[in-house]
Amino acid sequence: MQTDLTPPVTTQPLPQASRPGLSRSSGWWLNGLLAVLLIVVMIWSVGIGAVSIPIPDVLAILLKQMGWEVGVVETQQETVLTVIRLPRILLGVLVGAVLGISGAAIQGLFRNPLADPGLIGISSGASVMAVLMIVLQLRVFSDLSSLSGLYALSLAAFAGAVGTTLLVYTLARKNGRTVVSTMLLVGVAINVFCEALRGLMMYLADDAQLRAISYWSLGSLGGASWEVLQVATPFLLVPVLLMPRLSKSMNAFALGESQAGHLGVDVSKLKRNVVILATLGVGVAVAVSGVIGFIGLVIPHLIRLVSGANHRTVLPGSALLGAIVLTLSDLVARTLVAPAELPIGIITGMIGAPTFLFMLVRGAGEKP
Amino acid sequence: MLEAQHITCQINRKILLDDVSLAVRPGELVAVVGANGAGKSTLLKTFSRELTPTQGLVLLDKKPIRGFSALELARRRAVLAQQNPLAFEFSVYELVMMGRYPHFDGHPRPEDHAIVAYALERTGILHLSGRAVPTLSGGEQQRVHLAKILAQLMDVDEMNQPEVPLRQPKYLLLDEPTTGLDFYYQHSLLEVASGLTRRGYGVIAILHDLNLVMQYADKVLLLKEGKALAFGKPVSVLTADSIFKAFHLSVQIIHQPELDGPLIVHTRQTVPVPFPSPI
Repeated sequence: MQTDLTPPVTTQPLPQASRPGLSRSSGWWLNGLLAVLLIVVMIWSVGIGAVSIPIPDVLAILLKQMGWEVGVVETQQETVLTVIRLPRILLGVLVGAVLGISGAAIQGLFRNPLADPGLIGISSGASVMAVLMIVLQLRVFSDLSSLSGLYALSLAAFAGAVGTTLLVYTLARKNGRTVVSTMLLVGVAINVFCEALRGLMMYLADDAQLRAISYWSLGSLGGASWEVLQVATPFLLVPVLLMPRLSKSMNAFALGESQAGHLGVDVSKLKRNVVILATLGVGVAVAVSGVIGFIGLVIPHLIRLVSGANHRTVLPGSALLGAIVLTLSDLVARTLVAPAELPIGIITGMIGAPTFLFMLVRGAGEKP
Repeated sequence: MLEAQHITCQINRKILLDDVSLAVRPGELVAVVGANGAGKSTLLKTFSRELTPTQGLVLLDKKPIRGFSALELARRRAVLAQQNPLAFEFSVYELVMMGRYPHFDGHPRPEDHAIVAYALERTGILHLSGRAVPTLSGGEQQRVHLAKILAQLMDVDEMNQPEVPLRQPKYLLLDEPTTGLDFYYQHSLLEVASGLTRRGYGVIAILHDLNLVMQYADKVLLLKEGKALAFGKPVSVLTADSIFKAFHLSVQIIHQPELDGPLIVHTRQTVPVPFPSPI
């Protein structure tokens, strides 16, 4: 430590090479790479399925939609792509992005890389409401294949997510401050209760309902359509676009609440914003696609292993990688046992857990 | 001037601070000393606005500290905490950059990078800037956090023209800053702090080593059980008598002509400390 107070010779910004902290923190290259990869994955997977569409044809059809006629387009291919595949891929991208980024934000809020949106009851609240609706067969739900039935189910799931989060958030407030560790414990208790309620409903359910419940609990993008997208897109986009603006505050929050406060962060506002945005995003995601595990927990962790902890990289990176992984998982889910479909949660879990373990062991070996 | 006027802090009937006043002017290093649980950290927390006193006012430039926004305050005063938890593996550079957060929106500007590099160099950790903070030793981590608060308060003019006085006085609040530092860095930390006071910073530091207080502090507040026992110049406050009152420890104050100040040495023969017997 220099004890004299004359400035050192190098007050100019040091050359890039002597600022190793920068190469680690500036993750623009990583996010750029992920963005390109996402586009490639989207174009590639939109062509795969029962009706196979080669990539040049995919591009021709997409350009035609935008008003550019290039070559001849087969009508059947065009219909499959625009009516079935495209909304499904887009929904997968949005849901994956929102699950990834919400996971990263919730981990930042709890200052714990093992937290995920499920921990504070967002997912279980949504799923218990959906299960209740399925089993108790309220009149609106008697025909779940109809659009209004789907909407009502989604709405109920979203209400469940908001309800549990509000409950957790209120119970964890003490003297006008939210105690994050209490929030976690309350979340655990709520989760146990929801699980019990879900168990009770499964006990009461008949065979068809059981199938619906299990399908719903494992998630699926099968409900995708332009109508669903129209309703869900704003809710899914808002968290993805707004959360990266919280990166600086969330970095400071890693130092603990009091130190974040010393650095000028409005801590209560940050906590409130993260909870609201995560509930909005994850609640709507569960409402349209069921409970899809693994993404929120593991994706942010993978990004951190590669780029370091800076939320400026981690938040957008988690959104991009979440979108890529969910799009690919859905590709597997809808093609592996075609014409039937696997629930997507099975795929994310089965591919995700071993990948994660592999990265974890390799990452641990590389550390100094 | 940053001052606390007649501060009383009470939490669940327990009185942590009882009518304590303390002011730090630009150019002063004020030490706060006292036994464990005497209320030192509580006092510092009222200065940093982490804690609202039950009674009394904390004023920054004669204005109640309540009236400042968190951001305004973050540009005027920095806090070196006793404990520095870190949830994720940030690099040293990223952590010191957090000190600049009150100064920019979105992306750091070139001047922020320059100030961070300067703070890293000043604290002797430039060579560690790419390392993950949790992999460093305790003392190195302490220096990282010191660099962070230096970066927090510094501005470009200050860095490039050290002779120009500060536009606004700024304050450092240090809670046991020398903990975990080796002999050399304990002294250089306080050299840095007192160097900053010469530039117009005001510093409040909780210190345990009374000899460091003698050597570096302009004034010292001696606390005992939440009350102010004595306040003034270290030579007049830290007497054998007052130290015995505050710590129940007999000391001798040794004056050596070749030393700058007196030396406080614990005298063994009369240990009246009622240590609880183990188990």
